[in-house]
Amino acid sequence: MQSTDIGHPDYFHKVVDCQWACPAHTPVPEYIRLIADGRYADAYMINWKSNVFPGVLGRTCDRPCEPACRRGRVEETAGHTPEPVAICRLKRVAADYKGDVSARMPDAPAQRNGKRVVCVGAGPASLTVARDLAAIGYEVVVYDGESRAGGFIRTQIPRFRLPESVIDEEIGYILGLGVEFRSGQRIDSMKDLLAQGFDAIFVGCGAPRGRDLDIPGRREAAAQIHIGIDWLASVSFGHVHRVGRRVIVLGGGNTAMDCCRSARRLGGEHVTVVVRSGFEEMKASPWEKEDAMHEGIPIRNFLVPVAFLHSEGRLTGMQFQQVRPQVDAQGRRQLLPTGEPDIEIDCDEVLIAVGQENAFPWIERDAGIEFDRWGLPKLDEQTLQSTHPKVFFGGDAAFGPKNIIWAVAHGHEAAVSIDRMLNGENLRERPIPAPLLVSQKMGIHEWSYDNDITTAARNKVPWAPLEHTLNNIKAEVELGFDPQLAWKEAQRCLNCDVQTVFTLNKCIECDACVDICPMDCISFTANGPEAELRTRLTAPAQNRSQDLYVADGLKTGRAMVKDEDLCLHCGLCAERCPTGAWDMQKFFLEMVHAGPGCRTGEGVRRAA
Amino acid sequence: MTYLAKPRLHHPSLKPNAVGFTRRDYEGRISTLCAGCGHDSISAAIIQACWELDIEPHRVAKLSGIGCSSKTPDYFLGQSHGFNTVHGRMPSVLTGAYLANKSLLYLGVSGDGDSASIGIGQFVHCMRRGVDMVYLVENNGVYGLTKGQFSATADAGSKSKKGVLNTDSPVDLVALALQLGASFVARSFSGDKAQLVPLIKAAIGHRGAAFIDVISPCVAFNNHTGSTKSYDYVREHNDSVNFLDVIEGREPIEIEQPPEGVIEVVQHDGSILRLRRTEPDYDPRDRIGAMNFIARHQERGEVVTGLLFVDPQARDFHQHLGSVQTPLNRLGAAELCPGAAVLEKINASLR
Ligand SMILES: Cc1cc2nc3c(=O)[nH]c(=O)nc-3n(C[C@H](O)[C@H](O)[C@H](O)COP(=O)(O)OP(=O)(O)OC[C@H]3O[C@@H](n4cnc5c(N)ncnc54)[C@H](O)[C@@H]3O)c2cc1C
Ligand SMILES: Cc1ncc(C[n+]2csc(CCOP(=O)(O)OP(=O)(O)O)c2C)c(N)n1
Ligand code: SF4
Ligand code: SF4
Ligand code: SF4
Ligand SMILES: [Mg+2]
Repeated sequence: MQSTDIGHPDYFHKVVDCQWACPAHTPVPEYIRLIADGRYADAYMINWKSNVFPGVLGRTCDRPCEPACRRGRVEETAGHTPEPVAICRLKRVAADYKGDVSARMPDAPAQRNGKRVVCVGAGPASLTVARDLAAIGYEVVVYDGESRAGGFIRTQIPRFRLPESVIDEEIGYILGLGVEFRSGQRIDSMKDLLAQGFDAIFVGCGAPRGRDLDIPGRREAAAQIHIGIDWLASVSFGHVHRVGRRVIVLGGGNTAMDCCRSARRLGGEHVTVVVRSGFEEMKASPWEKEDAMHEGIPIRNFLVPVAFLHSEGRLTGMQFQQVRPQVDAQGRRQLLPTGEPDIEIDCDEVLIAVGQENAFPWIERDAGIEFDRWGLPKLDEQTLQSTHPKVFFGGDAAFGPKNIIWAVAHGHEAAVSIDRMLNGENLRERPIPAPLLVSQKMGIHEWSYDNDITTAARNKVPWAPLEHTLNNIKAEVELGFDPQLAWKEAQRCLNCDVQTVFTLNKCIECDACVDICPMDCISFTANGPEAELRTRLTAPAQNRSQDLYVADGLKTGRAMVKDEDLCLHCGLCAERCPTGAWDMQKFFLEMVHAGPGCRTGEGVRRAA
Repeated sequence: MTYLAKPRLHHPSLKPNAVGFTRRDYEGRISTLCAGCGHDSISAAIIQACWELDIEPHRVAKLSGIGCSSKTPDYFLGQSHGFNTVHGRMPSVLTGAYLANKSLLYLGVSGDGDSASIGIGQFVHCMRRGVDMVYLVENNGVYGLTKGQFSATADAGSKSKKGVLNTDSPVDLVALALQLGASFVARSFSGDKAQLVPLIKAAIGHRGAAFIDVISPCVAFNNHTGSTKSYDYVREHNDSVNFLDVIEGREPIEIEQPPEGVIEVVQHDGSILRLRRTEPDYDPRDRIGAMNFIARHQERGEVVTGLLFVDPQARDFHQHLGSVQTPLNRLGAAELCPGAAVLEKINASLR
């Protein structure tokens, strides 16, 4: 193998599994250490910079960081089920205990730069664009058909998962930058908007249409059958207060989970979730399924809806075909009828949560914006620019329904695109973020991070009692970690950003690092092709998604090969190294956001 | 030196051996030696060897004298019996323990100061008697613990860290052991576990005095240019005579002629030592040949390593003495003191 180029900004970034997996690349371990230190406001501000909605995300994020977290891989021998660090719940701690951070927020700039940007929709994607651009002097106007800003954060996510005060606070920080929010105004023509002379347009209108289920009985029993996301919005706005005693929720995604749990709080005594496929294949996050079942909601699988049953214009139940999974010759999984008789489930109301679609009825097809055959805008994946140079898309409107953190990540990228464009710079040649590497050595065996490794299992977040939460749809279920639990959980983080950095010409090949490493990460061996090398290291490197760190050309002709996969970042290798060939260096990387840092100056040079 | 205990977490591919332990279970306390000390690598090699041999830790007694090297038994086999004796006295205490209880595996760990200076008289007699033990000297050419004075194994002409030349002739423990009748003699280097681990395994399987001289650089006082016990010097002058594979007795053995250049030696415990020669004329079953070869190469400044001599027919001290099968410590008062009538009989036989 080639010796590793640790100067490449991605190399050590990938080692910080959580940060690499986070769409907005939040510097996770940095803020976890601040939380352990009780510096909640500092931890909050790091989050705020990267992901704009720490309080919201600390409760609702899809957490792609957690399945990626190294902790979940190294705990196999700790004597309990391996689990990642509760990253998301720690984020919430920062938000809950930060105190008043208003003084730390950037001020609305005294002077505007004279450029005007409009955002369609006030969801997280648009609000991120607005924050990034308003803070650096743009005049930003945000339109939304709803009366209040937040998009689906406001209208879909139920209050028992996300209190309104959290939304208000974090949206307040953005609007406080002088963003003009034009509420209750739905844009109905892109052409008109283009004609208004904005310098750039950002479309963050989401994926607003819930899929329907066209099977017999749908029309006849229409009054008791609702589209999940429409129903959730009505609940959120207080238009719906009650639901029938027996409710069926169709679908296995997170919307279905929010529907069933909301129904349970609005008088649904027998709420049943029914999914076509197996329980394991459901799209909902494992913890959402767990929450639903904890609230006494059964999930029945392998049932395909056949008909809505009704009598005298009223819904009475539903009929389902029983199926089983089978893998065909091509390895595709199919659902085949079991041949058993259909089953019927009685109910008073049905909530359909079988998917969401994009819809852009207000964008004229001759407005200069091309769409693909799935009805999605044709975009440059990196810049998020559409075929109309002034129009950008992000969030659910860009590539179909995703989640809040992706919407935020898109918002940042679109803001960079707009800022570069309006400064006369090429959109595709964006500067790569420059990581900082700083040695953590303080003494012979003293580091400026806590390198002691705990074997403690993941801490559970306390819940409010069911009697309380099931009777009040606004009562938050999860209570969050208190500072003591947060400290304990923070200890589980391995500080994957504190990197093992190897200096070849200092190594005397004494083997001390190999002998001390608890995870057998380090080998001194003859170099070879990667696949073969992986098999003959001190311990086999089986996780191919994790890199080998190779430094070839030692005095004995061998190479140092370190498998990054299970490194505990304990620093024992560096403590044991007599020559300082290993050093523990903190890697810090923040993404490039809109502003002078994202510009390369070519626009200025060209103008000159 | 490290203050943190090594985390309990380990690599998931680490498998338990036949007696249910992973390699990590053979570790001891965290070492307090200088970072990079060769002695720590030797501890790691002992750990690896014991794990591979499926040794039950409670069957091992580790004894040592005084010195950095003699501290190391604290850093491996944390579940075994241990005894830190006084300076240079490990051999006599170990001999006593071995006489009382021959059912344990005896591992004597010593330093060049401990064995070649103050303890040389003890070393000599232990070798002569054929005490059934592994005698391992962690040889760095200095008194590490007392801050780096030349020891008796320092080569004439070797330079101290401060630049002073050593003018005394060295004691070569390997040559001594050969001359004194040790039935297993090897030399290795702490920086070469591929060589060292099989040697330790073979020594453990040997019945009789098995001596291993392991050159083990002292990073604090003897790893500079001009030293003949530094990592660089040993790597440059290492002349290994053979590669050793230890084939454990439990595995089925195909009877066949060893190929060209391979010597096979069957040990008492049934294990086979398969030696691939790297020096074509070197036969480790020839004591005199070995002594000559080593002396000649030493003269050229080469450090001869590998399994230098092994006598598969060796007999140990208990066999020489003709002592009973049962370890003495398990004999009861009646057997140990058979009474006046028996004494009378013995006395009569001597009249
Ligand atoms: C029930 C449910 C629960 C969810 N839970 C989570 C969760 O827990 N965690 C998570 O990460 N994600 C969750 N999601 C997904 C998440 O809400 C979305 O991915 C995210 O909000 C998308 O953000 P966005 O900015 O693209 O658009 P949206 O949040 O959808 O906002 C779009 C806004 O644009 C407005 N708009 C649309 N068209 C126009 C127009 N023509 N003129 C003016 N305004 C317009 C809409 O009124 C809306 O306010 C959930 C989704 C649903 C349906
Ligand atoms: C009777 C006695 N004399 C002297 C000493 C001082 N002393 C302690 S360790 C040591 C030398 C150890 O050298 P070596 O055996 O080579 O061990 P190393 O530290 O080099 O591994 C000496 C002389 C002592 N502890 N006891
Ligand atoms: S252990 Fe900490 S730094 Fe490492 S991936 Fe998990 S949260 Fe991130
Ligand atoms: S920091 Fe060093 S010693 Fe610790 S697990 Fe990683 S490679 Fe091993
Ligand atoms: S401890 Fe340091 S000098 Fe020794 S092998 Fe490891 S990196 Fe090289
Ligand atoms: Mg010594």
